[in-house]
Amino acid sequence: MITVVFSVFLLTLLVITALGVVRAQNLFTAVMLTGIFSLLMAANFFVLDAADVALTEAAVGAGISTVLLLGALGLTPREERASGAKRWLALVVTALTTVVLLYATFEQPRLGDPQAPVHQHVAPWYLEKTPELVDIPNVVTAVLGSYRGYDTLGEVIVVLTAGIGVLFLLGLPGAVGDRPRDDIAKGRTYLSHHLVPQVVGRLVIPFILLFALYVQFHGEYGPGGGFQAGAIFAAAMILYALIEGEREALTVISPKLLIWMMAGGALLYGSVGLVTMALGGNFLDYNVLHSNPVAGQQWGIIVIELGVGITVAGVLLAIYHAFAARGH
Amino acid sequence: MSLTAQLPALQVVVPLLTAPLVVLLRTPGLSWAAATAASLTAFAIAVALAGQVLAGEVIHYEMGGWPAPFGISLNIDALGSLVLLLVTGASTLALVGGRDSLATEIEAGRRHLFYAAWLIVLAGLSGIAVTGDAFNVFVFMEISSLATYVLIAAGPDRRALTATFKYLIMGTIGATFYLIGVGMVYMMTGTLNFADMEVRLAEVTELRPIVVAAGFITVGLALKAAMFPLHVWLPGAYTHAPHMVTAFVAACSTKVAIYVLLRFDFFVFQNNLSQHDLHFASFLLPLALLGILVGSAVAMVESNLKRLLAHSSVAQIGYILLGASLISEAGITAAAAHMFNHALAKGAMFLAVAAFALRLSGVRLNDIAGVGRQMPLTFAALAVAGASLVGIPGTAGFVSKWLLLQAAFAQGTLGLVAVVVVVLSSLAAVVYVWRIIEAAYFCEPSAEVQAAREAPLPILAVLLLAAAANIYFGLVPAFPLSLAEMSATELLGGLQ
Amino acid sequence: MMELLGLYNYWVFAVLLMIGFYAVIARPNMVKKLLGLSIFQAAVFLLYITMDKVEGGTAPIIQKGVEDAIYSNPLPQVLILTAIVVGISTTALGLALVVRIHEAYGTIEEDETQRADLDE
Repeated sequence: MITVVFSVFLLTLLVITALGVVRAQNLFTAVMLTGIFSLLMAANFFVLDAADVALTEAAVGAGISTVLLLGALGLTPREERASGAKRWLALVVTALTTVVLLYATFEQPRLGDPQAPVHQHVAPWYLEKTPELVDIPNVVTAVLGSYRGYDTLGEVIVVLTAGIGVLFLLGLPGAVGDRPRDDIAKGRTYLSHHLVPQVVGRLVIPFILLFALYVQFHGEYGPGGGFQAGAIFAAAMILYALIEGEREALTVISPKLLIWMMAGGALLYGSVGLVTMALGGNFLDYNVLHSNPVAGQQWGIIVIELGVGITVAGVLLAIYHAFAARGH
Repeated sequence: MSLTAQLPALQVVVPLLTAPLVVLLRTPGLSWAAATAASLTAFAIAVALAGQVLAGEVIHYEMGGWPAPFGISLNIDALGSLVLLLVTGASTLALVGGRDSLATEIEAGRRHLFYAAWLIVLAGLSGIAVTGDAFNVFVFMEISSLATYVLIAAGPDRRALTATFKYLIMGTIGATFYLIGVGMVYMMTGTLNFADMEVRLAEVTELRPIVVAAGFITVGLALKAAMFPLHVWLPGAYTHAPHMVTAFVAACSTKVAIYVLLRFDFFVFQNNLSQHDLHFASFLLPLALLGILVGSAVAMVESNLKRLLAHSSVAQIGYILLGASLISEAGITAAAAHMFNHALAKGAMFLAVAAFALRLSGVRLNDIAGVGRQMPLTFAALAVAGASLVGIPGTAGFVSKWLLLQAAFAQGTLGLVAVVVVVLSSLAAVVYVWRIIEAAYFCEPSAEVQAAREAPLPILAVLLLAAAANIYFGLVPAFPLSLAEMSATELLGGLQ
Repeated sequence: MMELLGLYNYWVFAVLLMIGFYAVIARPNMVKKLLGLSIFQAAVFLLYITMDKVEGGTAPIIQKGVEDAIYSNPLPQVLILTAIVVGISTTALGLALVVRIHEAYGTIEEDETQRADLDE
């Protein structure tokens, strides 16, 4: 009963926040509301028993995405131009889409119905066979890393493509283009005049990094994995850059290293597939990695999750630095 | 496991994993060489797979060794194999011939990123063509789309940026619509595998979520396929992209979306929704006809050569969809054959545009005035490809257009309307292709044009090869036709 | 009660989709379009995650020794993990484009860039 009330409350808040995002003329306000929207969404996912997704939405949607949006807003106007135009066509198209979707809802399975088709086919097999075939507790990680590992490789390539695209469009001194390193802000920091964030930030960064490692290597047992860990790691380094300045941050992880992380993680992932091929299995068939197939599965998942984490961290950091360096 | 058995996976994996390697190769020459080698390998694999398909083999591959529907399986059918040939062939020709052209448009320091994105587009489009899993289609659609945005944004003009942004917004809406549709089908069936979906849909057919899902999937893919009136992203994107990117993307990317559309509508829905074929046809047919008319009409008055060809593409996509909307063996054969032939013709024409652009400052019709006499070989290739686009007997374009007309005739009164539209738009094509030829050959050349020499050897060789293919497949159409006929049998096989 | 809540979940999905979609196609400001796009995508995440819930269930992390535990469906969660990552990638690329467009045109309002293109 309490969960129901709580869910209704959360969902209603989601709608209100979304309306706020659309209505706000000030883009800074809209971005902040989007961050709140993502956090609410994460909470809602948690209520719906999707812990891994909630963690990712919080780290990626509320965290990294907000930082990137703010980075872009630093380079573009913050006010949306007032537009008096009435967009009847847009309203009609969207309203029509919604009506069609509402029409469909009445014959959809009710929430939590154990008899719903999605709980009858495929998914029970995952839940039943995972302890025997892969033997890791977190079934989400097993599906992500092994059963649908090919999708996950694709996902890593999507992230890599975003990194390639942003670097291509904006450049990153020292990594892409011929601009000298001196371009990067000399000691300029966003938070250098604020004592409290500096002191607190320096204190928490090691713990955030530690948490990232925990999330990376604990993904088989609890919620977590490469994506979440990569995002959290990137968040820690972004905080470092905000406190100590771009240049300091790029000394710790140089632009060149960022490029190697971006490509290296994807290559590490792909090479697992190539090794399994060389050992006579199908692409990404981890069974052949070890004389004991279950151990092979576990090894495979650990290595590919590491690849995911490296690429995600590298790409997100490179994107952040590309936006930050563009400002000078 | 033998290498042959691994080919379906390698088709995607080779370009997919060469891409991060290319990111690390910072010398432009080296990154070009690596990309070209990967693309050539992919083309060789596609040819080998097409051979297996023609020999009647059923190509099936289980990613990670997990059987469907628990894992992701790859299935290569005749239409998929045809699409693979287009994608890998277009990429290879554009890369082999494109080095000089791309060097003038993209600065050296960023070229390795560009080639990496190119390979990702190649891998993404191939990935869609081989997969048997509905969600995997979404993943690879996003891979190819994101990388395509990068390629188009690389265009030299600032308008490339706004065109890309428009494409990004519309492309993401299309992909998300597709995702909603897949979500609803999954909700009612519990599976993501195409074959499994078809079986399990039978139990829940006629429920509203399935009908709605069919609508969302069709609209989403129609957006990606630039079906009229959802094509508004296409002219800008094709016009302002680097020339070689246009040659690559225009030849194949919308066709991949049409492939998924046909696969979903014919394999998954036809058997399970009553009168789905009727709904599908009555939705597609009018839009296809309108697209043919509007695209051809705009192309007749357009003065920018690339934009002219882009609008002509909108009309040609209409032909393909028209063939599919007839839902007959002849119609689908014509549609599949036209995918292949249009890619040949349009790819060759855009290659010729790239060759002109290397020697001239612009590609408007008055920029190319008289260039035909300075660059006779390039011009000859352009003329041949143009003839194929119009559908002159002896060229590839004629073969599929003729099939399309025959298929339409077989449909009775409604078919006659289609026949009239096809004939009208062919006349329009005569007009716009003639405008190009007239400008290029019969107009007085400017000083700049008089100084122009023939295009460099690599691009010229590739261009002549593409033009020759337009004639070869016009005279000996057996190879694409047998793949097209097999596609039609397979797609309609679900209809019983 | 669950029945109503289930419908409410789907309705919120539809409404969020509408809000996001409207922002994308009706607002000329490009940053606003991207924000709308992320709401639009987040709505679809909600659709998928709503499916995974099983009454009385818990996150699909198998506890050894607990025999009759009910777990939520892991598959939609995996799909949405992928979709979230695709979403942020699209946003990042879109933002990079917006920054370049602002440098090239001096504005990020779509109607103004269109007018500038027509004037050329």
